[in-house]
Amino acid sequence: MLATGAIERFYPRPGWTLPGVVGLGAAALMLKTSGVLPGRHVAVVGPGAFAISVAKLIVDAGGEVVAICDPNSLRAWAEALPAMARYPGSLARDSARLAALALKGVPMYRGWDVRAIHGERDVDSITLGRVDDQWRPLGQRERPIAADAVCIGYGFAPATDLYQLLGAARRYEPTFGGWAPVLDRGQRSDVPGLYGAGDSAGVSGAAAAPGTGRIAALSAALDLGCLDAATYERKTGATRRRLARAASFGFAVTRFTQPNAAAVGWVPDHTIVFRCEDIRADELRAAIAAGVQEINALKAATRCGMGPCGGRVCAEAAAALLECAGFARERIGQFTARAPLRPLPLSALTGSFDYGDIPFPQAADT
Amino acid sequence: MTTSFDAIVVGGGVMGAAAALQLAEGGMRVALCEARQLAMGASGVNAGTLSMQTKRVPLIPYALRGYELWKRAGDAVGFKETGSLTVAYTQGEAEGLAQRMTARRNAGAPIELISGTAARALEPGLREGLVAASYCAADGYANSSLTGVYYRGRLRAAGVDVRELTPARAIVPDDTGVTVNTPAGPLRAARALLATGAWAKAMSEQIGAPLPIRLRVNTVSVTERVPTLIKTVVAHASGLLTLKQAVNGTVLIGGAWQGRGSPDTWQGDIVPETLIANLRLAQYVLPRLAEARLLRCWTGFEAQTPDSVPLAGPMPGMRNLFVLCCVRSGYTIGPYIGRLMGDLMLGREPEMPLFDPVRLFKAPAK
Repeated sequence: MLATGAIERFYPRPGWTLPGVVGLGAAALMLKTSGVLPGRHVAVVGPGAFAISVAKLIVDAGGEVVAICDPNSLRAWAEALPAMARYPGSLARDSARLAALALKGVPMYRGWDVRAIHGERDVDSITLGRVDDQWRPLGQRERPIAADAVCIGYGFAPATDLYQLLGAARRYEPTFGGWAPVLDRGQRSDVPGLYGAGDSAGVSGAAAAPGTGRIAALSAALDLGCLDAATYERKTGATRRRLARAASFGFAVTRFTQPNAAAVGWVPDHTIVFRCEDIRADELRAAIAAGVQEINALKAATRCGMGPCGGRVCAEAAAALLECAGFARERIGQFTARAPLRPLPLSALTGSFDYGDIPFPQAADT
Repeated sequence: MTTSFDAIVVGGGVMGAAAALQLAEGGMRVALCEARQLAMGASGVNAGTLSMQTKRVPLIPYALRGYELWKRAGDAVGFKETGSLTVAYTQGEAEGLAQRMTARRNAGAPIELISGTAARALEPGLREGLVAASYCAADGYANSSLTGVYYRGRLRAAGVDVRELTPARAIVPDDTGVTVNTPAGPLRAARALLATGAWAKAMSEQIGAPLPIRLRVNTVSVTERVPTLIKTVVAHASGLLTLKQAVNGTVLIGGAWQGRGSPDTWQGDIVPETLIANLRLAQYVLPRLAEARLLRCWTGFEAQTPDSVPLAGPMPGMRNLFVLCCVRSGYTIGPYIGRLMGDLMLGREPEMPLFDPVRLFKAPAK
């Protein structure tokens, strides 16, 4: 069973490679596991509830949040309310966080996004600008804000790399956060014996995750002959009903955080997209203009995606630039997953060995 | 509506692209259709070794000319002339090496046999205990990732109608020409070339003239960027290792160890046992690799004939349909043999003999 969670979706912004810029997920991890503040005066940028929860963590840990910036307008939030209200627990939690931040006087910018992050050696300020309902820059109105750290992220995508390595079919589903495994209602993939659960099966939030895990486990038990069909139906039935409610909240929230190519299309040519080797937006755009249509062809042409993380950080931006050139995400595809997925010292794989331990099959060319 | 050409090339790897260029330069109106984008198969994922030391003897004359063409392409394909070393660590390996390299030298490759001490003077990072080595100064490598970009530019400049993301659903030869059915409609030409590498087997079956092709699934690995460890292309006497360090510091590890997979799904899988043997051999030869982190391992599909000799000529029993595939060391040789193939289809006498597939269809001698 794969329960590999989600990966954060990053959109490049001028200056986002400066020290002091961290992902929302990384910030949450730093705060929750080590109580470390990303900075003293922190700008928190991102659509949806996760940015708010990170802002709350910062305030609770004694930091100052100089701005919360969400490209979604207040109207978009209001439209999502009815679906969110079907899961009152989560809605109440998020509302309480929001109220607490408002009480502290944290400035909220709804319908704004980051236009640039500034600094010489590290972050010293950011420029916010108004955006339209597609998250494209709107007008010339900008607001400079002093900050020594920026926590930024634009939602989550299922972590599909293991599904890819195992050959499971995937499809592009924006409401699931992007590419997600194709699963049946029992959480089964098309690879016999391979099940998916949690956000890796389609981002639907923490509330829905236990339900998908439970159904996947019950399906595995059924498929292994450890459970009879009637018991399976009874046990999964109740879970499915709870799941439907949790998922409707999750999807209402992920609606704010779906992949949005327009939020990348405007970035200036000099913006670094592939951080590992300083490949800029204009280099990717030039490759696309010269005929690249698939993300793996873009990788071959520019090296974008060949860094130590396997392309998790730049994949969404690269795909968005292709999408802005008129190609469909289904055609654009995903970076091919490459073992070992995370960098691994050679010695960890080779272990201790003698020359005589190496088997020499007949080479094809000798 | 049917679109007509003088020639259609099916397959946009090195073979098809080089043949299409020659056909266009010979004055023909040429269409090239490729199921994905150019050079996404073996042409774009091979280890980039351009070394006479790893070539089969009968193909050395072709490889020497292919090498010159890559050299001429230069920076556009990341060509580097570094020299190459093949190393032997036992007396048995040294004897086999001397024999094989002498045969290659007699075929025209400027390879010299040198002592182990001389080899370590060239590459101090190699493990002590070298018994013997062979050296070829006029050897090097290119960056196979750039194959697609390079040929797309050249094909367009030559006026070839490059149709990417256009799979040939059916190839139908008849007395007066060949029809190639694609999702965008049928293409028609007086002659066509099948240059689809590992995909040629299934396509030849569709055509009704199955070619006796075996599949090889070659493994390649790359490390993260590390300080300079080697300057030349290093190979092992067994023929089961190639090592090179790119300008950016990554070390590419090849040797054609076998993975698993199928061209039908484009899914190639790493086999842990062969990968570890490959990495052990690499680390044995270059001990400091142990500290390097492995970033990615992948596979490329290679087609091979029972006699390891290329298929390059008319499809057996057909006048208008040609095939070019199963060229061992096809990356090195491709630009040249593709050109010869173009000449054959232009009705010219190729300057070097091609490899008529009919030999594999003759009745076995009694």
